[in-house]
Amino acid sequence: MNGHAERRGLERLGALGVLLALVALWWVASNAGWVSRVFLPTPQATFASLLEGLNLSGEGGGELLAFTGATVGRMVQGWLLASLAGVLLGAAIGVSPVVRAWVQPTLEFVRPLPASALLPLAISIFGLNPGMVLFVVAFGAMWPVLLATVHGFAAVEPRLAEVARCLQMSRAAYVWKMGLPNAMPDILAGMRLALTIALIVAVVGEMIASQSGLGQAILLAARAFRASELFAGIVLLGLIGFASNALLALAERRLLRWQQP
Amino acid sequence: MTENRLVRGLRPWVFPALLIGAFEWYARRAAALGSDALAPPSAAARAFAGAALDGSLWQATGFTLGTAALGLLLGAVLGIALGLVLGLSRRAARLGSVTIEVLRPVPSVALIPLAMLGFGFGVRMELAIVAFATFWPLLVLVQAAVQQVEPRLLEVSRVLGLSARERAFKIVLPAIVPRLFVALRLGVAVALVVAVTVEIAANPNGMGYAMMIAQQSFDPALMLAWLGWIGVVGFAINAAMLGLQRGVSRRMGAAP
Repeated sequence: MNGHAERRGLERLGALGVLLALVALWWVASNAGWVSRVFLPTPQATFASLLEGLNLSGEGGGELLAFTGATVGRMVQGWLLASLAGVLLGAAIGVSPVVRAWVQPTLEFVRPLPASALLPLAISIFGLNPGMVLFVVAFGAMWPVLLATVHGFAAVEPRLAEVARCLQMSRAAYVWKMGLPNAMPDILAGMRLALTIALIVAVVGEMIASQSGLGQAILLAARAFRASELFAGIVLLGLIGFASNALLALAERRLLRWQQP
Repeated sequence: MTENRLVRGLRPWVFPALLIGAFEWYARRAAALGSDALAPPSAAARAFAGAALDGSLWQATGFTLGTAALGLLLGAVLGIALGLVLGLSRRAARLGSVTIEVLRPVPSVALIPLAMLGFGFGVRMELAIVAFATFWPLLVLVQAAVQQVEPRLLEVSRVLGLSARERAFKIVLPAIVPRLFVALRLGVAVALVVAVTVEIAANPNGMGYAMMIAQQSFDPALMLAWLGWIGVVGFAINAAMLGLQRGVSRRMGAAP
């Protein structure tokens, strides 16, 4: 048992070593000038830009922290709106087989549409403002939740529906006590996908609509050929994606604990 | 009986028709009040016909689909190759795990400025981003598929003394074909979405850019025509891939 744990620890160390080796390769490639530094800054320059941007170097004036906050705020707000709207609409559609039969083909048609394709439409309706980006983030991220909720409601065990009829449950009670708990695994999976989409659409929206945030920051850094700032922004976006995914996976495990035998 | 079938055939179209009708009415009323932000669907249909006749529609569609396909090819080949390696060797999978966990959550659109810097505008930048975006799902799905290959098949390959390469090409690859097509279907959907997104955000080519330009030159009819067309193309390709995937899994004897 002890040897097993020891081996796992060693392998974890080895896995970290692989990552460090890649960083070392990056360090050598950029410092030795194998790749032009216009495209590939050195790791130390990226780290310095990161420290400066996050105001950790003690000089002040870095804006990355505010940009990160703006992007995360947009992503989380849009995601929460999308989850709420997706579950409500999905429950309304999913609870009735009749509505499902009439509306679902349309939903399936809209599903593959890229969320960012709605940006031009939203710009011409709402203009270039933060509300417009938030709307597109929420709208784009809503589809996975909506479709997952509809699917979850459609897949409720028929015997449960019969039980609900026998107990003469009201429709609201059926949704709350049977539909939603049954659809929960689907909804959570949809919400996880929605969070990824929300981050992507938030970044694209900031790029196009010039709203302050990491998306705009990395685009401006690239236009000014400040590669180290660009990499700092990409690192932060990667961290946001990593942290949000990890948090949601944790929440999913806790919320779905009842499912495990 | 026939009437029933008629209702069932028409049913999917009723809700979109209602939506389009309401939009037509609303856009006409808005236009009458002097707003030029929206166009009724009938005007969008005329703009669509115009774009189809002068060839710009096909040129932009071809660019987007071609780039998405090439990027998917690149991402899929790399993803499948690495997925095979990580799926066959538990040790390689554990060693690569931290690196993959760190790199995978980087949103693909974050690489748009980097690709712009490295490749300029054009096919190559879009290709690189599509390849990056499709690489991860294929890697993860292929790795999972390989790990679920019937252990007895691998035992057989060991008994026969097959080399690692023979094992990969003669035993593992054929065994994962149905799952491979599921992964490819996802890859196609991702490739299309990412290609259009790159065009909207930066690359001055293809369907996304055509839509962006229509918006910027205050031509809402053409913009809506592009939006609808992007939707139709995406739906048709996804439906075709679903059909292909089901056909493959039926022929391979797996449950659809």
